[in-house]
Amino acid sequence: MNQKNTRVQSGGPGGPRGVPMGKPEEIKKTIKRIFVYLKGFRLHIAAVAVCLLVSAASSIACTYFLKPLFNNFIGPLIGRQNPDLSEFARILTLMALLYLSGVVALYIQNRLMLEVSTRTLYRIRADLFSHMEKLPISYFDTHATGETMSRYTNDIDTLRNMLGQSLPQFLSSAVTVVGVFLAMLLLSPSLTILVVLMLLIMLKIIAVLGKRSGAAFKRQQRALGNANGYIEEMIEGQKVVKVFCHEPVSKQEFDKLNETLCDASVEANTAAFLLMPIMSNLSYIHYAFTAVVGSLMAIAGMLDLGTVAAFLQYTRSFSQPITQISQQFNTLLSALAGAERIFRLMDEQVETDNGDVTLVNAVRDENGELQECDHRTGLWAWRVPEGDGVSYVEVRGAVVFDHVTFSYDGKKTVLNDVSLYAKPGQKIAFVGSTGAGKTTITNLINRFYDVPGGGITYDGIPIERIHKGDLRRSMSMVLQDTHLFTGTVMENIRYGKLDATDEEVVKAASLANADSFIRHLPHGYDTVLQSDGDNLSQGQRQLLAIARAAVADPPVLVLDEATSSIDTRTEALIERGMDSLMEGRTVFVIAHRLSTVRNSNAIMVLEQGRIIERGDHDDLIAARGKYYQLYTGMFELD
Amino acid sequence: MLKQFWGYLEPRYRRQAILTPVFILAEVVMEVLIPLQMAKVINLGVNLGDINAVLVHGGAMVVMALLSLVFGVLAAKTSVNASVGFAKNIRQALFHKVQDFSFANVDRFSTASLVTRLTTDVTNMQTAFMMCIRMLVRSPVMLIGATFMAAYISPKLALIFLVVIPVLGGLLGVIAAKTFPRFQVMLAKYDALNARVQENLTAIRVVKAFVREDYEIEKFDASADDVRAAMVRSEKLLVWNGPVMQFCMYGCMIAISWFGGKLIIGGSMQIGDLMSFISYVSQILMSLMMLSMIFVMLVMSRASASRISEVLNETLDLTDDNVTEDVPVKDGSIVFEHVDFSYSKDKDVLNLSDINFSIASGETIGIIGGTGSAKSTLVQLIPRLYDVLDGRILVGGRDVREYKLDTLRRQVAMVLQKNVLFSGTIRENLLWGDENATQEQVEEACRAAQAHDFIKSFPDGYETELGQGGVNVSGGQKQRLCIARALLAHPKIIILDDSTSAVDTATDSKIRAALHEKLAGTTTIIIAQRITSVMDADRIIVLDDGKIDAIGTHEQLLQSNAIYREVYESQQKGVA
Repeated sequence: MNQKNTRVQSGGPGGPRGVPMGKPEEIKKTIKRIFVYLKGFRLHIAAVAVCLLVSAASSIACTYFLKPLFNNFIGPLIGRQNPDLSEFARILTLMALLYLSGVVALYIQNRLMLEVSTRTLYRIRADLFSHMEKLPISYFDTHATGETMSRYTNDIDTLRNMLGQSLPQFLSSAVTVVGVFLAMLLLSPSLTILVVLMLLIMLKIIAVLGKRSGAAFKRQQRALGNANGYIEEMIEGQKVVKVFCHEPVSKQEFDKLNETLCDASVEANTAAFLLMPIMSNLSYIHYAFTAVVGSLMAIAGMLDLGTVAAFLQYTRSFSQPITQISQQFNTLLSALAGAERIFRLMDEQVETDNGDVTLVNAVRDENGELQECDHRTGLWAWRVPEGDGVSYVEVRGAVVFDHVTFSYDGKKTVLNDVSLYAKPGQKIAFVGSTGAGKTTITNLINRFYDVPGGGITYDGIPIERIHKGDLRRSMSMVLQDTHLFTGTVMENIRYGKLDATDEEVVKAASLANADSFIRHLPHGYDTVLQSDGDNLSQGQRQLLAIARAAVADPPVLVLDEATSSIDTRTEALIERGMDSLMEGRTVFVIAHRLSTVRNSNAIMVLEQGRIIERGDHDDLIAARGKYYQLYTGMFELD
Repeated sequence: MLKQFWGYLEPRYRRQAILTPVFILAEVVMEVLIPLQMAKVINLGVNLGDINAVLVHGGAMVVMALLSLVFGVLAAKTSVNASVGFAKNIRQALFHKVQDFSFANVDRFSTASLVTRLTTDVTNMQTAFMMCIRMLVRSPVMLIGATFMAAYISPKLALIFLVVIPVLGGLLGVIAAKTFPRFQVMLAKYDALNARVQENLTAIRVVKAFVREDYEIEKFDASADDVRAAMVRSEKLLVWNGPVMQFCMYGCMIAISWFGGKLIIGGSMQIGDLMSFISYVSQILMSLMMLSMIFVMLVMSRASASRISEVLNETLDLTDDNVTEDVPVKDGSIVFEHVDFSYSKDKDVLNLSDINFSIASGETIGIIGGTGSAKSTLVQLIPRLYDVLDGRILVGGRDVREYKLDTLRRQVAMVLQKNVLFSGTIRENLLWGDENATQEQVEEACRAAQAHDFIKSFPDGYETELGQGGVNVSGGQKQRLCIARALLAHPKIIILDDSTSAVDTATDSKIRAALHEKLAGTTTIIIAQRITSVMDADRIIVLDDGKIDAIGTHEQLLQSNAIYREVYESQQKGVA
C-alpha cells in the first residue's frame, strides 16, 4: 500500500471572506485564462456590454428627466385652466420608451449571461474532469480526495456565482455609480460636494469593516474546521463511543468546540452584516442633508425645484451600487482564487505515454504467421513498428524484471534490485509485510508508475515502448480496495469489457461464485449499487471485482489481496472458479493468507524491497527460511 | 418545523431573535417616514419660502435617519447573535442526539449523511433563520407601511398600486413556483454529477487498470451537459425577475408622473408630495421583490430543515429509562434463551433465530462461522447494543434490559470488528477504557495485548499522536491497541470480534495466552476466522445462517460437525 491517506479537514461553508488569495500577477494570469474560455462568446459578450450600458443609461437618463418634468411641464402649468398637456405627454412617452429599452436590455443581458456562464462552466468542468482522468496515479497518492473534490464543488460553484451574478452586477454597479456621479455633477456641482464627502465616509467604513471581518472570518473558518472535524470523527466512531459509554465526554468536548465556533462566528458575521444597514442608512442621512441644503438653495433661488427632485432621486440610487460593489468585490476575489486552484489542477502534468507498440487482434495465416485483423479472435498480438516495417509479437504474458530499483518519492527506495521472470501461464506469488513492495511490483507492471531506468519487459518488449492503454488492456487487476460504481450489478461487471453480452457477464459472475448472491439481490443483475456498493459486504464486493476481471479475459491477471475479505470456506468454494480463471494466464498474486499462494509456480518473499527468497512452496518450506517461519506463524505480517 | 427548532433555542438567543424584528420594525418605520418629511420640506419650505420649515422638517429627517441607523445596527447585531446562536443550539442538539443513538439508529443513517446534516444543513438553516427574523418582518412591514403612507399622501394616486402590486406579486409568484421544481431536478442532477467525480477519484486505479478514462470522460461530458441544460432550464425563468420588476417600477413612475402631474396642475396635490410618492414606489416594489426571493430561499432550505428534524425526531429505539434501580453486574455469566433477532424487526426476516446457550462466568468461548452467519450480530446483543426481537439474554443472572446501560456496558467490553482510534495520543486513546488508569495499569494492559513493545519503539512512546482514524499505525498494531483499550476497562466479560485478523498467528496466540492468565475470572468470547484462534477455547459455537449449528470443544466438533471440519480443512490444506 503506497496510498498516503492524508485526510484534509473539510473547510465547510462559511462566506467568501478570508479566502487566501494569490499574488496580483497570478490573479492577472487567472483572469486571462478565464477569458480564453470566454473567447467563443465574443458576440454574446459584446451584446451584453451594450445591453449593460443601455440599461444603466436609461435609468440614469430617466431620473434626469425629472428636472424638466418639474420645471417645464408641471411647474408652469400649475393653476392654469385647460392646460396644454400634449408636451407633458410627449416627454412621458419618451421616458416610457427609454425605460422600455432599459428593461429589454436587462432581459437580453441576463439571458445571454446565463448562456455564457453555463456553457463556460460546462467547458471548464469537462476540461477539468478529462484532465483529471489523465493524471498519473502519483497525483492521486499525494492529493486527498476531498481536496480534489472541492475543485468541483466549492470552486466551480463560486465561479458560477461570479460569472452568472457577481460579475454582471459588479460591472453594472460600476457603470451606474460613474453615470450617476456624472449626472449629479451636471445637475449641481455644489450639491455634489456633499456626495463626495459621503463617499469618503462610506469608503472608510467599508475599509474598516472589511479589515475586521476578513480577520474574523479566518478565525471562524478555523473554528468551523475544528468543529466539523470533530463531528466527522465522532460520528465515524460512534459505535466505539457507545461501547465505551463515552457519550458524556464527547458531548462535553463538542460543546466546547461549538462555543468557540459560535464566538468566532458572531464576531465575523457582525462585521459583515453591519455593512448593509450602515450603508443604506448613511444614504438616508445623505438624502436628508441634500434635501435641506437643496431646499435652502432653492429658496435662495440658486437651484430650481426640478433639479432638487432629480438630485434627491440620484442620492438614493448612488449608495446601493456602492454597497454592492464592496460586497461583490470579495466574491470576485474568492472566485478568482477558486479559478486559480482549478487551473492549477489543469496544469498538473498528465501521464506521459510515448509507446508506439499497440495491441491488435490477430489471426494466424496458413504459414503460421501472425496477421492483424479487425475483429475479436481471442488471439492478441503486439504490433511493433520497426523502421518502416511492422512486426507482430504474440501476446503471451511473459514478464521480466531485470534489476529494477524504484522509489516513489526519489528518497526512500521501495524496490531494490529486483529481478524476476514470469513465463506465460505461470502463477507468481508475492509474500511479505506491509511496505515490502508487493503492490509496487504490480503497479510497475501496468505502468501506474514508471521506472526511470527501465528494466521491465513484456513479451520481450520494453514496457515503455508499449502504449499505456494497450498494456493495461492486456491485463486484468483485482485490487486490494474493491471499488464499484453507481449502476447495476450487470454494468459493474461489464466494466471489464464494455461489449460483453449478458451471457458473458453471467458466466463471469458464476466463475467468481457471485452468481448465487447476485440472484438473491432485490433485482438480481439489475440491482442498482449505490455509493461504492455500500449495501454489499466486503466479501461480496470482492467477488464482483473478480467477476469484473474475469469478463475482461486478458492474458495477464493481477490479484492484489483479491480474496482477503472472503472467508476461507467461501474461498474454498470459489477456488475452482479461480483455478479456471487463472488457467493459461500469467497470474501475479499478492495474498496475506498463505493458503492462497501455496500452489504458485514461484513464490517471492519480499522484505524491504528485496526478494529474499524464491521458489515454489515445497522448496521454500524445505529451505526453512523466512517463508517457513511465516507459514508456521513464527512471524508477523502486517 | 420552525416551532420544533424554536424549542431548541436558548432563552438568551430567543430574546435576541425577538428583539431583531422589533428593531427592524423601528428601522422600517423611520425609513417609511422619511419621504413624508421630504414632502413637507418641499411643500411647506421651498414652495412657501419658509426656511424655518425646511430646517425643522429637514432636521426631523436627519434625526430619523440617525435613529434608523441605530436601529439598523442593533438589528444587525441581534440578528447575527440570534442566528449564530440558533446554529449553535441546533448543532448541539443534533450532536447530542446522535451520541444517544443506538446501533440500530446509526444503521439507519449513513455516516456521510449524518455529517452533512451537522455541517452543511446547519449552515443552511442559519442563513434561513437569519432571513426569517430579518426579511420576513422587514419586507411585509415596508410594503404595508409604504402603501399606507402613499395612500395618506394621495388616495387617488395610490389606486395605481391596486393594479401594480397584484400584477407584480402574481408574476413573481408564478416565476418562483415554476422555478422551484426545475431547480430540484437540476440539483439532483448536480449531486449525481459530483457523485460521479467522487467515484472516479476513489476508484481511479480501477478506471486506469481497465483503461476506461475515455469511457468515463464521455459519460461525464454527457451528464455535465445535462446539468448545464437543467441549469438553463431552471434559471431562464429566474432571469425574468429583474426585468419584470423594472417594468412594473418604471410603469409606476410613468403613471404616477402623468396622473400626479395632472393632479398638481389641477391644484389638488403639491410637488413635494409627488417627489415623496416616487420614493414610496421604490420602497413598495423593492419589498415585493424581496418577498419573492425570501419565498424561494425558504422553500429551498426546507430540504435542510427536514433532514435535520429527521435526526432530531428519530426515536431512540433503545433506552434504559424504565430501569429505576442501578444494579451492579454480579458476574460474567451469559445466558441466551430462545433469542430471535432481526435488524429490520421483522419476524419473517430473522438474522438470528432461536439461539440458546449458557456461558459460565470465566469461560472462554470461541465463535466460528462463515461470512454472514451473524457472529457479530450475536455478540452485539450481549452489551445490549441491539435489543432482541424475542426471547431474552441474561448477564450475571439478570435480563440485560434491566440494567442501566452504562453499568452493563462498562462490564461488557467489546472490541469491534470495524474499530476506530481517535485523534490524540496513544495514551489518550487507551484511557477511553478507564479514564483514571495509572501508567502502570496502561502498560500492563498493553503488555497483555502485545502492544507495549511496538508503542515503546515509537520515539514518543505512549505520547505518540495518532491521526484521525489512527492512520499512522499498521492494521495489526491498531487491533492490538483496541484490545488494550478494552482490557483497561477491567470488564467481567470481554468480547473480541475478529479483533486479531491482521495480527500474525504467533502474536495472536501470545495475546490469548496473556488473556488467559491475566483475565482468569473474565468471561472471554472470541470470534475468529482462523481455527487456531479459537481451538483452545473451553467451548466453540458454530454458527450457520443465524442458527447455532453446534457447540463443543475443538475435538468434539472436529469429529461431529461438518461445517467446522470444512473450515478446519480449508485452513489446514497449506500445512498438510
